Amino acid sequence: MTAPAPRPGWFAEFGGRFVAETLVPALAELETAVTSIVPSEDFQREWRELLRTYVGRPTPLTRATRLASRLDPSGEALAALWLKREDLCHTGAHKINNALGQVLLALRLGKQRIIAETGAGQHGVATATACALFGLPCEIYMGELDVERQAPNVSRMRMLGARVRPVASGSRTLKDAMNEALRDWVTHVRTTHYCVGSAAGPHPYPTLVAELQRPIGDEARAQLLAEAGRLPRAVVACVGGGSNAIGMFRAFEADDVALYGVEAAGEGIETGRHAATIGAGRVGVLHGARTLVLADDDGQIVEPHSVSAGLDYPGVGPEHAALARTGRATYLSATDDEALAAVRDVARAEGILIALETAHAFARIGDIARRERARSGAAVHVAVCLSGRGDKDLATLLARGLGDEVAS
Amino acid sequence: MTAARLERRLAELRTARRPALIAYLTIGDPSVEDSLACARAALEAGADVLELGVPFSDPTADGPVIAAAAHRAIQAGGSLRAALRVAEALRRESDAPLVLFTYMNPILAFGERELPSAAVRAGADAALVVDLPPEEGQALRGAAREAELALIPLVAPTTSRERMDHLLAGARGFAYYVSVTGVTGSGDAPLAEAGREAAALQQRSGVPVVVGFGIDTPAKARLAAAAGAAGIVVGTALVRRIAAETSPAARLAAVAELVGALRSALEPA
Ligand SMILES: Cc1ncc(COP(=O)(O)O)c(C=O)c1O
Repeated sequence: MTAPAPRPGWFAEFGGRFVAETLVPALAELETAVTSIVPSEDFQREWRELLRTYVGRPTPLTRATRLASRLDPSGEALAALWLKREDLCHTGAHKINNALGQVLLALRLGKQRIIAETGAGQHGVATATACALFGLPCEIYMGELDVERQAPNVSRMRMLGARVRPVASGSRTLKDAMNEALRDWVTHVRTTHYCVGSAAGPHPYPTLVAELQRPIGDEARAQLLAEAGRLPRAVVACVGGGSNAIGMFRAFEADDVALYGVEAAGEGIETGRHAATIGAGRVGVLHGARTLVLADDDGQIVEPHSVSAGLDYPGVGPEHAALARTGRATYLSATDDEALAAVRDVARAEGILIALETAHAFARIGDIARRERARSGAAVHVAVCLSGRGDKDLATLLARGLGDEVAS
Repeated sequence: MTAARLERRLAELRTARRPALIAYLTIGDPSVEDSLACARAALEAGADVLELGVPFSDPTADGPVIAAAAHRAIQAGGSLRAALRVAEALRRESDAPLVLFTYMNPILAFGERELPSAAVRAGADAALVVDLPPEEGQALRGAAREAELALIPLVAPTTSRERMDHLLAGARGFAYYVSVTGVTGSGDAPLAEAGREAAALQQRSGVPVVVGFGIDTPAKARLAAAAGAAGIVVGTALVRRIAAETSPAARLAAVAELVGALRSALEPA
């Protein structure tokens, strides 16, 4: 017996296209573009050329020696720690890989206007950047709370010529921004491309975004083989919607490499104030996909919480829901406090100011190394996706007392 | 009964050459009891079919008026279960077709295999799931077929003719033609064009096709109906009227007034 071929856009029991009928033709058109245009030589040449000459790819792989010995002073668990430096991408995070790809696609589809949602503002900045580069009008939806806590990115978007539309509904965060972006898209679908910022949303977005983020993992894998002479025992990434994680995971899925995603546990999963969708969610439909969501018994979405705007989301990309279900990837979580501490530790050990989103992944490296060491019986190599830089978070970090001078 | 009740009622209206007047209420705004009273008032004032709107926290196909109503309703205890209770109460006193209007997530929380029979037991005849195109939700569809709960297809201005025919093949009850590329409450819907599209689609498929989105005055209702729609849906305008009043009595009067005016506008000349 052979298993039935999976339906496109489905990952195990997750995915699909749960949207108002008005959007179905646009998603079908985009699906065709994903299978015909994205793999085409012409598209690949233009996109990869931009990644090389404009984004600065390939991004470096950095060996983090001081951080490794800080996380594992005895050296028994962590043989080497490798950082995939997406913070060195133009605009400061992995989001630009996807934004450029989608804007190139939108141009080929004849769309005249780009909209996007953003949480941390990194996807908003990336989309505004791609639109400036190609002379397209750009509107970015962003929850009011995020407009406040990621103010530098709001200014950057405006400087780049984008219109930022603050969203006042719900928790005033990423979920609400995505609601408004979808409403805009339903209204202007004939002329507008919705540049979704994570590997979430209705088919084909999870597939498209994963494809546009896969250079992260492809490069990292080749660099690890070249620099370390081996594959790592574990690969780690933070998970909001899941785009940097899936971009990192794809290249290692067929290898004997453990995959770890780290979600935001906010003030602690037990407090109910968190964004650990895989850790504490249930099967539902949010923003066009069947996936794991934070919802109550009536099916109302529960407002999430995280100090990190980019992880403050009550859903997760369907491919991650499936990877969790099948056990191919393991999902852990880190609290606000752990993430904040990780920002400081990484800054002081490596001289790299990482984004609060990224910091969630770093907060679990020590645990992951010990776990994998216990399994394999020897100290392990771990590779982490350093998804973005933390300049945007300075106000939050200072407000939380992380700027205090080190006692000498 | 069930899907059959809905079909029978629409056939009667057709014979009487009366376009169906379909009234949408967000259940729980301002309270579940008020919604039940408003539903009764709408029926009394001449609504033929009621859509019982299940409030959802993230209603991406709705404009600001219904989205705000949904948030108020959730605070006041509105839910899929509350909508079923309202259906049950209405069914004890009326034979009017009742349609559950909902997003998919409340159904998943309830149980997609369990909902159709529970809905039919409560007296509902159909469900319209806003974010469920025909390619999705096979478990729900199977259970709905078995329970004889009609699942109302939506057709949009962006839907190709080919796809329209596919959407309507085998449809029970009626189909809902969305008049405008947009969310509920959009102001400038081309209603005559929507009415013509609905009529053409009805002719090809044999399924009654009603027009909704953007109908907030008797004149607009007449426009869509005169062009051949099998019925019209009033939603945002009714929700807005209910929200504007502060006493239960004033709310009922507002519902009666708007529904009554729409009813008169739809009477055959
Ligand atoms: C630096 C950075 N990392 C991670 C994320 C989370 O998104 P995703 O899970 O799609 O990678 C964001 C989102 O804003 C981000 O800015």
